[in-house]
Amino acid sequence: MKRRNFLKACLIGGTTIALGKTNKGWASGSFEGYPEAMGVLVDTTRCIGCRSCEAACNKEQKLPEPDTSFDDPSVFEHDRRPTAKAYTVVNRYQKEQPSGPVYRKVQCNHCNEPACLTSCFVNAYTKTKEGAVIYNSKVCVGCRNCMIACPFNAPGYDYDSATNPIVKKCILCYDTRLKYGKPPACVEICPQEALTFGHRADLIKLAHERIRATPDRYVDHVYGEKEVGGTSWLYLAPVGFDKLGFDTTLSNDPIISNVKDFLGMVPMVLSIWPALFSGIHLLCKNQEHDGHGHDTDSNQEDTKP
Amino acid sequence: MSSYKHFIVAALSISAISVSSPAALQCAPVPDSVTLNPNGKLYSPFTFNHAKHIQSIKECADCHHHTTGTLVLAPNCARCHQNSSPTAVVSCKGCHLAAPFSPETLAAKRADKQRYHLDKMGLKGAMHQNCIGCHNKLGNGPTGCQDCHPRTKEGAAFYSTNRKGAKPAHAEEE
Repeated sequence: MKRRNFLKACLIGGTTIALGKTNKGWASGSFEGYPEAMGVLVDTTRCIGCRSCEAACNKEQKLPEPDTSFDDPSVFEHDRRPTAKAYTVVNRYQKEQPSGPVYRKVQCNHCNEPACLTSCFVNAYTKTKEGAVIYNSKVCVGCRNCMIACPFNAPGYDYDSATNPIVKKCILCYDTRLKYGKPPACVEICPQEALTFGHRADLIKLAHERIRATPDRYVDHVYGEKEVGGTSWLYLAPVGFDKLGFDTTLSNDPIISNVKDFLGMVPMVLSIWPALFSGIHLLCKNQEHDGHGHDTDSNQEDTKP
Repeated sequence: MSSYKHFIVAALSISAISVSSPAALQCAPVPDSVTLNPNGKLYSPFTFNHAKHIQSIKECADCHHHTTGTLVLAPNCARCHQNSSPTAVVSCKGCHLAAPFSPETLAAKRADKQRYHLDKMGLKGAMHQNCIGCHNKLGNGPTGCQDCHPRTKEGAAFYSTNRKGAKPAHAEEE
């Protein structure tokens, strides 16, 4: 290859990579979930904090007995997060408000583009076409990358078992219910219908319709519609979401977008760099041969004045 | 749930009367008590004192969206139903489905493109929100789950009530 051609190729290749990078991560964040994905709309204005959803989840998923009964209101004194023994928890906010406290159910939000899934190097996670993010404990090595990757702190780790590492989280009752088109156990038991089950696309319309019909009741935002690329669980709230323990600093891009650009460089580094550097190396060598021809005599430098 | 039979029977009889003489509306027979949650597994059935509620509230439309006697009053409903004639069905069960999220219901909703009332609550949600919502607003009615219907043995196991007083989960974290 002639040097001119080589440099031309380098220039074209470099420009292509540079253009690709500015093109916002190669169309990342454009995936809006499976068209038939189901979801749950949580209307926090309806929740009365009865914790029936917690009890239903406990029985449906055959989780161990709780430390304290599902009637015990003392659990509201502290913010809780889902654990390996409780895939969903209800927290209480705005206690001092005259309008009464606001309760918020927390569980895995079943992202359209789950960070747990992309962070897992053994493919223990699967996003099903029904919208659920499910987990295969048989291949899990217990690295807990998913726990770090999740922007909602959803996965819990079973620390009781040292030999069989298991990460546990809500699976939208996939095995027992969702697979058959049935609503998850928490939705079915909710006495106030604070949880609405349906197609995700329909739920988004429904949520905006509720805001439009009763604008005094809600803040004009559906949490989960766009956050981290959209989630299957959607929330409506009477006050700012930041006041209910929601992370309102999350971007609308999926978590994977943060590293997509960088990860896109990896094949480039692996495939182009060896050729590029050996090319440069050869060129330098050739130049030395053709130019002055002083490469053979190592003593030449010493004889210089 | 056969408990709503009373409601339906009452509604049907009212509609039958209204055909012959609209004046008879006000004295139409209404049930004095209704058994709710008749087949409850976690909570036992209980008797809803309809007569007592009629005495204290007086306005049927406060609980029933539409009645055979009063026109629709709720502003959001009145936009379309202001002049709607009295309906045959006043019971909750007449419109609110017992299984609002069943595959069949969801499929029917998707198929019916003309449907307006997409966000119609299920029976359980509608009744609880109606009762608890009003009790909260007026501040003089029971709002706790077991204030209305005590748990069955199965219900007590379901909610792990025997674990009362045990160390709460969050105490370990501290």
